Amino acid sequence: MTTPTMAIKKTPKSTSTVQRARSRVLRSPLFGSTTALILAVIIFTVISPRFIAPGNISLILQQSVVIGILAVAQTLIILTAGIDLSIGAIAVMGTIVMAQVAGAHGPIVAMALTLVVCVVLGTLNGALVTLLRLPPFIVTLGTFTAIAAATRLLAGSETFQVDGALMTFLGNTVSIGSFRTTYGVIAMFVVYIVCGFALTQTAWGRHVYAVGGNPAAATLSGVKTNRTILSVYVISGIIAMIAAWAALGRIPNADPNAYQNANLETITAVVIGGTSLFGGRGGVLGTLIGTLIVGVLRNGLTLAGVDSLYQNIATGVLVIVAVAVDQFLRGRTSR
Amino acid sequence: MNETVDTPPLALQARGLVKRYGSVTAINGADFDLRKGEVLAVIGDNGAGKSSLIKALAGAVVPDAGEIRVDGEVVHFRHTGDARARGIETVYQDLAVIPALDIASNLYLGREIRRKGFMGTVLRRLDMPAMRKEASRQLQELKIGITSVNQAVETLSGGQRQGVAVSRAAAFGNGVIIMDEPTAALGVRESGQVIELIKTIRDRGIPVVLISHDMPHVFEVADRIHVHRLGRRAAVIDPTQRSMSEVVALMTGAERPTDEEAGGGA
Repeated sequence: MTTPTMAIKKTPKSTSTVQRARSRVLRSPLFGSTTALILAVIIFTVISPRFIAPGNISLILQQSVVIGILAVAQTLIILTAGIDLSIGAIAVMGTIVMAQVAGAHGPIVAMALTLVVCVVLGTLNGALVTLLRLPPFIVTLGTFTAIAAATRLLAGSETFQVDGALMTFLGNTVSIGSFRTTYGVIAMFVVYIVCGFALTQTAWGRHVYAVGGNPAAATLSGVKTNRTILSVYVISGIIAMIAAWAALGRIPNADPNAYQNANLETITAVVIGGTSLFGGRGGVLGTLIGTLIVGVLRNGLTLAGVDSLYQNIATGVLVIVAVAVDQFLRGRTSR
Repeated sequence: MNETVDTPPLALQARGLVKRYGSVTAINGADFDLRKGEVLAVIGDNGAGKSSLIKALAGAVVPDAGEIRVDGEVVHFRHTGDARARGIETVYQDLAVIPALDIASNLYLGREIRRKGFMGTVLRRLDMPAMRKEASRQLQELKIGITSVNQAVETLSGGQRQGVAVSRAAAFGNGVIIMDEPTAALGVRESGQVIELIKTIRDRGIPVVLISHDMPHVFEVADRIHVHRLGRRAAVIDPTQRSMSEVVALMTGAERPTDEEAGGGA
């Protein structure tokens, strides 16, 4: 009896290590975004040498903190084949609650209550998606509209100044060697590292990918699909609270009209970072690169004296180019 | 039980299973017997209720009536996890794998191994080296020539994916392995590989339930053939006693089974 073996690839065994390494790099989902980031940095440095100064790099990071943190939550949700249009609105409501309560009851109560509010709103999204089986786009479109309006009702078209060391802590500067940055930037990297670890190194992370990639197979494999999806929305609430805190660190003034487009900006960062909107593919490292690309683009164009509306056009073009290039590379290498 | 002395003991048995969906009766008093160490083919026309029967045995569907026994012991499966806990693994026809995840992660999906000590208990870190090693061993044992268990399942051919799904079942199924149309989506060569896999698993002493439409495959590997018709077992056939066309005739109701066959076979 012959025992057939399933040979792995039709490529000849003589493929050199160099070729294999090259194909692995090309196949990597981070290839396009990393290349784009490096190219953008080089181009802007050539245009304006000020761009690469440590002070300016630090500024780019500080400007990226709030969207960068929220984009982690967006990545987790998109990996489950969901989408969260309300994530920015939840964070803005977080800033209002935090500022208002801090004024009356002090920072500790304010942070605790903000965490509760953000987690409740995230859980509400998750519950509507899992229990009522409604499409995440519809659910979060609804909660986005409602939460944004509730925030304005709560604020009464006012803005709220915060003071106190804890409330603005994430805006404090810290020196790492000769590089000066803020605790907010460090907080952003911590969020990325923690979520990156959870996604790549734990069973929970595997389940997030499985639920987004093939929910039927995940269920049959014994993955608790609903619980996994719900957990992602709950975590996004926690992340929204951290983003709200970081926002007050950057500008110690809670404004109900701030971060209007945060939901779309986080989706932009996620998509540029190579995470698939269909779920199950991508990761937070790509999102970090995506966030930095947007930050670099805006900062570099500003230094080059380009109007902010043109910056928006550039960002819009970038999203489409990023996905097109990604699709092209993937289509060429993996099928 | 009324088995004769020389028949091997039963690994999995069902009596009088009923499952209704509204006014539709998917399983209508079905019986089922799987002996230890055998390959039992389950055949039937479309809509005969094969899939519902298999789902009930795999815990994916809870029957309205009837009883299921594993090794002679009555069991009540509420979900697939209950069946898996009794060593019953199922390979579904739509290739239940996660395309973007690597082979080792797919093999261990839903029962991941964590590291020992602080990394595992507090940080809940996966023990990928252990899972990769064990996954490689499983694939080798089943003679599935995959060089690296780190590659994503989507980079594999259809036959190799099915190989991964079967390996997962074989890795954990120490009682029964159920395969629902494992060759339906595959080409001729890859189907042959899956048939060889089934033989390898049987040679390990694990009984296999093979649901298939492919008569040549069924006659190649099956020790007995369970013919399902109108939501119940119509006959159990000894493939050495009947031809393929006779079995097809039994399946469609054009021919009547002998009393012995209708009573569950010899």
